[in-house]
Amino acid sequence: MADFVVQTKNVNKVYGKTVKTTALHDLSIGFEAGSFNAIIGESGSGKSTLLNIIGTLDRPTQGEVIINGVSTKNMTKGALGDLRNETLGFVFQFHYLLPEFTALENVLMPYRIAQGKADKKSIERAKEILDLVGLKKVENNLSVNMSGGQQQRTAIARALMNHPKIILADEPTGNLDSQTTDGVYQLFRKINEELGTTFIIITHDRRVAEKADRIVEITDGSVTLDVIK
Amino acid sequence: MRLAFSIALRFLKSSKGQTALIVLGIAIGVSVQIFIGSLITGLQKSLVDKTVGSASQITVESVTEGDYIQDSADKMVAIQKSNPDEIINLMAVAQGPAILKTPDDSTTIILRGFDWEDAEGIYKIKERLTTGNLGNNRNDIIVGQDLAEKLNVAVGDTIEMITPTGMKDNFLVTGIFDLQIKSLNESWILTNLNTAQTFLETNEGVSRIEMQVNDVFGADLVALDVERALNDETLTVTNWKIENAALLSGLSGQTASSLMIQVFVMISVVLGIASVLAISVVQKSRQIGILKAMGMHNQRASLVFLFQGVLLGILGAIAGVGLGVGLSWSFATFVVNADGTSVVPLYIDWYFIGISAGIAILASTLASLIPAIRVSKLDPMEVIKNG
Repeated sequence: MADFVVQTKNVNKVYGKTVKTTALHDLSIGFEAGSFNAIIGESGSGKSTLLNIIGTLDRPTQGEVIINGVSTKNMTKGALGDLRNETLGFVFQFHYLLPEFTALENVLMPYRIAQGKADKKSIERAKEILDLVGLKKVENNLSVNMSGGQQQRTAIARALMNHPKIILADEPTGNLDSQTTDGVYQLFRKINEELGTTFIIITHDRRVAEKADRIVEITDGSVTLDVIK
Repeated sequence: MRLAFSIALRFLKSSKGQTALIVLGIAIGVSVQIFIGSLITGLQKSLVDKTVGSASQITVESVTEGDYIQDSADKMVAIQKSNPDEIINLMAVAQGPAILKTPDDSTTIILRGFDWEDAEGIYKIKERLTTGNLGNNRNDIIVGQDLAEKLNVAVGDTIEMITPTGMKDNFLVTGIFDLQIKSLNESWILTNLNTAQTFLETNEGVSRIEMQVNDVFGADLVALDVERALNDETLTVTNWKIENAALLSGLSGQTASSLMIQVFVMISVVLGIASVLAISVVQKSRQIGILKAMGMHNQRASLVFLFQGVLLGILGAIAGVGLGVGLSWSFATFVVNADGTSVVPLYIDWYFIGISAGIAILASTLASLIPAIRVSKLDPMEVIKNG
C-alpha cells in the first residue's frame, strides 16, 4: 500500500435537506507524502468541496478522511483545530490576511495559535520564511499596505509557519497576473523540493496543472482523470 | 489567553473611531450614574444633616414623664460601652418647665441645663451665641434671641423664674443664642447642669441622656444596643428615625427612583455595547473564520470578543469616573445659592464610584457575551465559501 499522507475513503457530500445536491460521489483518493498534485475541473464539479473536506474545514456526509494515518471521523472540533494547526497549511484564492496585523505578525499567527507567545526562535523562522517568499523588505508592513502578489506570498508564508506536512491551495493564483502566478508556482515547487511538503492545488490554469507530478480531474463529484507523471 | 488579548487589543486599535464611540457611550452611562448618585446622596446627606445634625439622634428618657434618671454618669459609661465605635457626643440634660417673670411680662419656658463642653458636640452653642458668653457660675443663663426680644432682655439683666413646684430664684443673663429655629429661640433657656439640677430639684438626676451616632441611618440599631446595655424598664430609648418616619420614607423613595434611573442607564449602555460588538463580529467574521481555519479553538475566538468587552468596559469606566466626578464638582461649584454656597453640596463617595465602575466593566463584559457566543458558532467554511 502506498504511503498516503492524506486519504479519503468513500466520501460522499450532500448539501441541502429538502433539495439535495450531491457534491461528492463515493470519492476515494490518496495523496502520497511529498507529492505535488493538481486538481482540475469545471466550476461546481466538487473540487473545492473535496479540498475543504481533506482540510477538515467541512465534514463528509458519508465516508472518512484519514490524515497521517489517523481517521478524523470522530474527532472533536477542538482536535480538528489542533490537527489543522499542526499538519495543514491553507492558501486560498483570497489571501485572508488579518488586516490589523503586519506581514510578520500574520506569518506568526499559526504558531501563536498553538503556543500563545512567539519566542525568538519562531520570530527568526517567520523572518526566514518571509525571506524565502521574497518579502523581507515589507515584513513590517500592515497587510493592507501590500500589493496583491505580496499579500498572497504572505499567505503562503503563513501556511508554512508550523512546518505543515500538507499544503492545500484553492486557486491560489486566481487573483494574480501571469507573471506573479509563475513566481508563486516556482515558490511552491521550491518548498516542495526543499522541505518535502505535500501540495494539493486546485487550479483552472492548465499550464500550472501540467507542471504538477499528478493531475486529478473531478467531474460531477467523481474522479474522471488521474494522471501520474 | 495572551493571543486572544492581543488580537482583541489590535481589533480595538484598528477601528479607533468605533472604539472611541463605545468608550464614550459607556463613559456617559457611568458619569450619569456617578453624577445622579452623588447628587442624590449629597442632597440626602445635607437634608439629614440639617434635620438631625444638630439634634439628639438617640435619646434615653424616663418612661414616666417628669421622673429623673439617677446615676447618669454610670449610665453614660454603660451607653458608651454598648457601641463605642458609633456613639458620639454623649451628654446629659436636666430640663423642666418654668415661668419666667419680668416686671411687665411673664411666659412659660423650658429650662435646659447641661455641661457646656459635652453639649458642644450636638448643639455647638459657642457658635450659636450672638452676644455675651456661656455662664459657668450658679444661676448664669443664656436666652434665645426671640425670647430676649420679646421680653426686652439684654446681657447683664437679671430675671426671675418660678418652677411648677413653687421654687423661685433670680438668674443673670450672660448671653443670647440663636439656634435658627424660632420655636426654640422663643422657648429655651439654657444653663449649666448644676444650676438646672438645683433649681428643678432633680436631686442630681437628669431628664434625658442624648447622643449622636456616626452613621445616622444606623441609629435604630445603635438604639437597640443602648437599650440592651441599660436593661432598665423605667427607661425608654427613642431614635430620630422613629420621630422622622415621613422624612425617611421620602428619602427611601428618592433612593429607589435614583436607583431606577441608574439601572435603566446601565441597561441602555449594555444594549449599546452589545449591538456595536455584534456589528463588529460581522465586520471581523473573515478574520475570525481564518483564525479558526488555522486551528484557533471556539472558546479562544470567543475570548477575543470577551476581552474587547472587558477592555471597553475598563476604558469607559475610567473615562466615566473622570467625567462624572468633574460633572458633580462643576454642579457643586457653579450651581450656587445667592450667598455663594452650593445648592447641593459635593459628596464624592469613592466606594459608590468604585461600584459604578465595577458594574460598568461587568455590564460590558456581559454585553460582549452575545457576540462571543455568535463567534463561537461561526463556521470557517461560511467565510471561505463566501469570500
